[in-house]
Amino acid sequence: MSEIVIKTDKLTKRFGDFIAANEITFKVNKGEIFGFLGANGAGKTTAMRMLCGLSIPSSGQATIAGFDVYKQTEQIKKNIGYMSQKFSLYEDLTVLENINFFGGIYGLTDKELKTKSAQLIDQLGLQLQAKKLVASLPLGWKQKLSFSVAVLHEPKIVFLDEPTGGVDPVTRRQFWDLIYDAADRGVTIFVTTHYMDEAEYCNRISIMVDGVIKALDTPRNLKDTFHANNMDEVFYELARSAKRSE
Amino acid sequence: MKQFLIFIKKEFAHVLRDRKTLLILFGMPVVQILIFGFALTNEVKNAKIVIMDQANDIASQQIISKIRASRYFEIAETIHSPQQIESAFKKGNIRLALIFPAQFNNNLMHQHLAQLQVIADASDPNNATTLTSYISSIIQDYATGIAKTSNIPYRISPEIRFLYNPQLKGAPNYVPGVMALVLMLVCVMMTAVSIVKEKETGTMEILLVSPFSPFKVIVSKAIPYLILSLVNVTSILLLSVFVLDLPINGSILLLFAESTLFIITCLTIGIFISVKTNTMQLAMLISLMGMMLPTILFSGFMFPIENMPVPLQVISNIIPAKWYYIIVKDIMIKGLGFSAFWKETLILVAITVVMMVISLKSFKIRLS
Repeated sequence: MSEIVIKTDKLTKRFGDFIAANEITFKVNKGEIFGFLGANGAGKTTAMRMLCGLSIPSSGQATIAGFDVYKQTEQIKKNIGYMSQKFSLYEDLTVLENINFFGGIYGLTDKELKTKSAQLIDQLGLQLQAKKLVASLPLGWKQKLSFSVAVLHEPKIVFLDEPTGGVDPVTRRQFWDLIYDAADRGVTIFVTTHYMDEAEYCNRISIMVDGVIKALDTPRNLKDTFHANNMDEVFYELARSAKRSE
Repeated sequence: MKQFLIFIKKEFAHVLRDRKTLLILFGMPVVQILIFGFALTNEVKNAKIVIMDQANDIASQQIISKIRASRYFEIAETIHSPQQIESAFKKGNIRLALIFPAQFNNNLMHQHLAQLQVIADASDPNNATTLTSYISSIIQDYATGIAKTSNIPYRISPEIRFLYNPQLKGAPNYVPGVMALVLMLVCVMMTAVSIVKEKETGTMEILLVSPFSPFKVIVSKAIPYLILSLVNVTSILLLSVFVLDLPINGSILLLFAESTLFIITCLTIGIFISVKTNTMQLAMLISLMGMMLPTILFSGFMFPIENMPVPLQVISNIIPAKWYYIIVKDIMIKGLGFSAFWKETLILVAITVVMMVISLKSFKIRLS
């Protein structure tokens, strides 16, 4: 197997008596598209925040791109990209300004920014909109732009938190093309989603129920194990045992 | 460092592109200064008064013509009986009545002391105070004038009737007050809202995941408002000097240094509010109710602190605007130097440090 970029061992987060994430253990390989599934309130976001260095784990171990989540959060931050479920570029800045700002705070030089932004705008076909405010773009384009900005600094891993919520199926398909492109370049994709057709696009998926990882395998193997026709059935089978909801 | 500049540039873009914010930011201080300034001067200019001249001699006539010549007063009518005074005040537009007793000039010439009566409409005490002090100075001016030419110490003592409010001697008090108010509003509310806005839109999360440290995020959010606030201080001072004819008697440099300190105090309060709240509405509400209201009530700018009950006087001590207001008054109006208000400065520094420590601490807690 290739290089391991995310490795967790019994990673746990407690908020008082509540165990949001309970002894999560898994590994993700370089260039893999790893789907992180679970019902609302299952603990996905908590787990993801720990992996991004936004939240300190209560116990357990984890390394991201070889860096420890307790001690080396600064190095982790340099090596990851992040895109949240909310659209999170600046609406009152233009497309170009957003690219330059986010590229800039990741320490890209002016020269790199120039070539990269030209490349990115070309790839997304945003030539005409480059100098327009982001607020004027349709949601689908915003999400694609958001993703491209998240991988602008060529991170080793990119975390996507429900990136395609509210986006139409055609744009979703295009969005996944971008994800595949990035994965081909060796970027590891860690993605949460509620769309089961998207789950099928992942190399491997884990399904979290009540803070615990209940299943972790390729979509095909999961369907075989649970004697299911599609991921919907697998998910339903696992998630209906959940005791907690939002 | 370069990241810092990029961030500050972006922050300026946010402010400069939002017309409403711009209007509040730069329009409000101008409007407030002009409203406060001209509301005060207009009231005092051309105030209607009535005169009852029982003496009708040379001294009373000369004083009346002096009053007529002044731009502060307009003689509405001359009356002949005390009953008319009351009815004149009841009409509502008469602010002041001046009564010369019979034998006014006689008394002045032979006893070297004459009395006259000033009755002011004290339903608006501030106005009444200003008007009576104006009219007294006109009368005093006349007395010194005749005393000079004849070497006899003529005195005229106006007997003033109304409740005197010693706090409101100087009209220019409102400029320091407006400065404190505007800086409080701009720094606290704008900073709080701009940080909370990033939380609401989700961009804060992206920033926190980036290698740009949270501390730097906060500092670079505050710097643009520091600069914009200094622009505001400058425009308020320019207005007060050139439009309102209120000179700055002390050191301008010192005034800017103290203003910068107060701005930093306000910025840390804004940051504190933004750490504790998650929606823009809440941040705005807390800034307005929690900051603006105490600033207006307890800074001494509108309501004299000395007249408040002791518990409120104690509370007023934790209001940063109170100390800033004292400092600005000392520099601008009294022309005093640093030795006069080092204690107030020290208190402001202490408040700033405490707020900074608290907000940085809670910011860290939020992250874990």
